Amino acid sequence: MSTHHLDITKERCPMTFVKAKLHLEQLEPGDTTEILLLAGEPLDNVPRSATEQGYQVLESIHLRDNIHKLIIKKP
Amino acid sequence: MAETKKLSLISMSGDFDKAIAVFTLASGAAAVGYEVNIFFTFWGLNSIKKSTGRSFIGTGFLARFFNFLLGGRKNLPLSRLNFGGLSPILMNGMMKGRNVATLEELFEASKALGVRFYACEMAMHVLGLTKADFIPEVKDVLGVASFLELSKGGQTLFI
Repeated sequence: MSTHHLDITKERCPMTFVKAKLHLEQLEPGDTTEILLLAGEPLDNVPRSATEQGYQVLESIHLRDNIHKLIIKKP
Repeated sequence: MAETKKLSLISMSGDFDKAIAVFTLASGAAAVGYEVNIFFTFWGLNSIKKSTGRSFIGTGFLARFFNFLLGGRKNLPLSRLNFGGLSPILMNGMMKGRNVATLEELFEASKALGVRFYACEMAMHVLGLTKADFIPEVKDVLGVASFLELSKGGQTLFI
């Protein structure tokens, strides 16, 4: 089990979702990852689609301004 | 009936901007868990040619000449204000400068996310092309009936 990191705050649609999906696919069962992302479209949709695809969104933390951190686990 | 997360795109245009639309929708949908199919027909086939520039491919003199003029993914013209091929180069530069994915990045993302590519059998016949002229990710060569069957139950867009 290990913790991974991904920063998609500089990305624009659709690469926000593309990078998040490719990153999540690399996780092993039990791994967690911290994803930095912006409010709006990424924050509305990355956790929703991760949940739909069977990942667990453990936490969503507002860091500063419009930057948020998601903690996601692959069960 | 349960909603099917499936998007099928018909890519008919060989314009740079419409190819951007095709691969943006395809990669974005695949990234949020959709099954995505793209049916390339006529000028849309230019996006999936193995040869990304201008080359004499196909069978028959006219087809080879035509395919040379049409070219591949790296010389798609802008639908408006193409200025002899200068505008797509400028557009790519602007996209990179503003941290927006380029056509090539969207195309690679679509492949990495398992978007299914299909080529139109009839258009290939007209243009003298065979499956060997396309990238290996092209899953199959289809006709209308097969495409309708695989797009059934999802959303379909014509671009």
